[in-house]
Amino acid sequence: MPYSGTLITVLTGAIWGAVSMIVCGVTLTLVTGEIAIPQVGAAALAGIASALVVVLGGGLGRIVRSMLISAAVMFVVLMAITFAAPFSLPLERASLFQAVALLAFLGSVSFANAACLKGTTLGAMTRYDREVVYIRVFKGLGFVLFTIMVALPFYVMVMTSLKSQQSLLGNPLDLSIDLSQGIAPLFRSYVELFTKYNFGTYLTVSAVVSVATVLLTLLFSVPGAYAVSRLRFPGRSMLSRSILLIYMVPAIVLVIPLYAVFSQLGLRNSLIGLLIVYPATTIPVALYMLQGYFRGLPAELEEAGLMDGLTRMGVILKITLPLSLPALASVSLYVFMIAWNEFLFAFMFLDDPDIFTLSRGVVALNSSEVPRQHLMAGAVIATVPVLAIFLWFERFLVQGLTAGSVKG
Amino acid sequence: MTVVDNDAKGSVATPPKGIGPMQRREARLAFFMLAPTFLIILAIVMGPLLANFWISVKPVGLADLRPPSVLVNERERGKPKAVGDAVTLEYRLRNSSQDKEIRDVVLTDTLPAGFIPDVVPEGCAIEGSTFTCDLGTVPEKWRERLRLEGTVQAAFLAEDRIDHNAVVTGDSDNVLTNLEFTLENFYAVFDGDEFWSVLRVSFYYTIFGTGGALVLGLFAAQLLNTSFKGRGFLRGLFLFPYVSPVIAVAFTWVVLFDPFSGTFNALLTKMGVVASPINFFGQRAVEFSLFGIPLEFPLALSTVIAFEAWRYFPLSFLFILARMQSVNTDMYEAAEMDGATPMQQFWYISLPQLVGILSVLFLLRFIWTFNKFDDIFLLTGGNAGTRTLTVDVYEKAFALSNLGAGAAVAVVVFVVLVTFASLFLHFSSKEEGL
Repeated sequence: MPYSGTLITVLTGAIWGAVSMIVCGVTLTLVTGEIAIPQVGAAALAGIASALVVVLGGGLGRIVRSMLISAAVMFVVLMAITFAAPFSLPLERASLFQAVALLAFLGSVSFANAACLKGTTLGAMTRYDREVVYIRVFKGLGFVLFTIMVALPFYVMVMTSLKSQQSLLGNPLDLSIDLSQGIAPLFRSYVELFTKYNFGTYLTVSAVVSVATVLLTLLFSVPGAYAVSRLRFPGRSMLSRSILLIYMVPAIVLVIPLYAVFSQLGLRNSLIGLLIVYPATTIPVALYMLQGYFRGLPAELEEAGLMDGLTRMGVILKITLPLSLPALASVSLYVFMIAWNEFLFAFMFLDDPDIFTLSRGVVALNSSEVPRQHLMAGAVIATVPVLAIFLWFERFLVQGLTAGSVKG
Repeated sequence: MTVVDNDAKGSVATPPKGIGPMQRREARLAFFMLAPTFLIILAIVMGPLLANFWISVKPVGLADLRPPSVLVNERERGKPKAVGDAVTLEYRLRNSSQDKEIRDVVLTDTLPAGFIPDVVPEGCAIEGSTFTCDLGTVPEKWRERLRLEGTVQAAFLAEDRIDHNAVVTGDSDNVLTNLEFTLENFYAVFDGDEFWSVLRVSFYYTIFGTGGALVLGLFAAQLLNTSFKGRGFLRGLFLFPYVSPVIAVAFTWVVLFDPFSGTFNALLTKMGVVASPINFFGQRAVEFSLFGIPLEFPLALSTVIAFEAWRYFPLSFLFILARMQSVNTDMYEAAEMDGATPMQQFWYISLPQLVGILSVLFLLRFIWTFNKFDDIFLLTGGNAGTRTLTVDVYEKAFALSNLGAGAAVAVVVFVVLVTFASLFLHFSSKEEGL
């Protein structure tokens, strides 16, 4: 195809113009609450203009200059076609945000076109060069798609929790923060959850249960993992294999018998019951992760310790554990995450609001009598600690996730 | 001669037969260290697993968990004013169960001080101040009044008692422990169309949810395989859906896609994409026609599947990224020299390298998605055509209060699962293990 380059340039420009306009328009709507209907067709045309400028200007050398020219051309095209209303809003409404959105649109399209169409000509292109452009466009779209897909629900969660009932019902699109009312009314859902709905207790209970689960799990799984990885005994390989099988047993199969037995033993509506079940479900995972790590440690160090008169216990405490601190950290974090996020057993076992975990407490908010912003505030309270820990120790947690976790 | 012979024999080094004392000690230590783990898993995982089979052949409901008992209410009749006045202690007894007898019922009470019994009811005896009545076996719905007549002394009048310490003991059949079995639960499960539709929904959910999460994860891993500024940030962000508690993200989706006040529907309607709001989690199917053939699109199920893919793509993304970064770059350089295009490099170099991890991930995620209960339960509660087997277990056992039927569905879940697990073991021995 003699003009394949032209076709690619036009398509790339149109895609970026349209996508960027939709993203900027929707963002503008969500931030200001004004209903901005993005002019997708006009934006696509502007994108094509920008792409042509970038490709033609590529010969001129300076990339920054061609991007500036492209932005200027786009501005003219967009304004001319949409009669100076690129978001279907009169310019005097939310002018500042509209200007920012417009700038973001011009900048992002120019940048995306420049990045994707580097080295493109309007003439014929080889298959290799064409595919390079396809992949750049796909990756670019992927970044936009994934970022929005992941960030949007969390953004909605946080913003909804800061709104009031009337404004939520009045305009569900308005996710702006009204700072003029002051700080205190902004967080009224949170204040109410902690004062009226007992969320302080839930937070404490969740923290206690999760930390205790981590400690119990380590207490059981460290010796177990050490035995499986270092000591020779009959049935060892079978055991290390069947550990994985055990943690594929679905919780829903266990819940009915445990419910029945714990009811009769009086353990059901108690934290002790949870602290029996949680470690039992996490020990296999922890054992599996730890034994993999222990196996990687040099056995000679431990043998040296044994020769120098340490007991097995001494070897584990003084040699193996200090060497495996990173693994212990990832296992602990991973188990903490499982216990903190656990829902099924907390939901089935706990009836007494004094010992609700956060998961159970948030479920209790899901009724028609409790306003939605309270539910979202509860979700934020449940999410923030675990996300904070995750971001703080991301390295360890990612290690933990890849080391043993296929569970979830 | 013989001595020399023996020496010669001894000098030939032979490997010890069986296990030596050192090794035996090591094995003992290993079992000692593994025993606690072993016990807790036996008690909390294996035990319930077997108990589930037991319950599934039992006619047991939620109410049966409270064992039937004889309730007693004790009161004083007659108002004694002076020494020698008559008074009656009355015990009202009732069997709490509507359909079960209670055996060996014995009432025990401590008589108040200063009470001299006159007439002792039949089957009762008084020893010191202890009053016991052997009531034998009482039938269901049984009610009885026991009257103990007597006179009072000064000590009785002096005290202002509230005496309610009568105790009744008795044995009753516990449905959970007796030897009465039934296949009723399984008939109920397999009878009717509901089960097959539930099974079908389970498989759709599992296959498409797993596949979606894998495809998204593969795509995300491609994005982050090159190094650029902000890569660490994006990697952290991409893991958010998986790390956050399921209740938080599930309720956020419900709020986001709400037909009346949800942001997503408001966007769609206000921007003119759809005419009226879509009830993503409440509408069973959308009808449309393709070339004149009427078709149905299972809306709620698809939304739930989308949630599943969204929440679990981070996991496959992490694994695939880790695998991709260990691929030798020489191969790409060689392919580049030979003129392979980027797509060809992906198809013929990257993908074959990833097949191992992809298939292992698929099998494991398949099992885990099949086991999943929380997500669907929180999103739709199993309504609008999204009821999977796991949700069905909950519905039968707790919403309909029929533990036996729930356990029967759980047995089905377990059987399907064992099939998958053996498949997994079969494949994981060939593919790279995790």
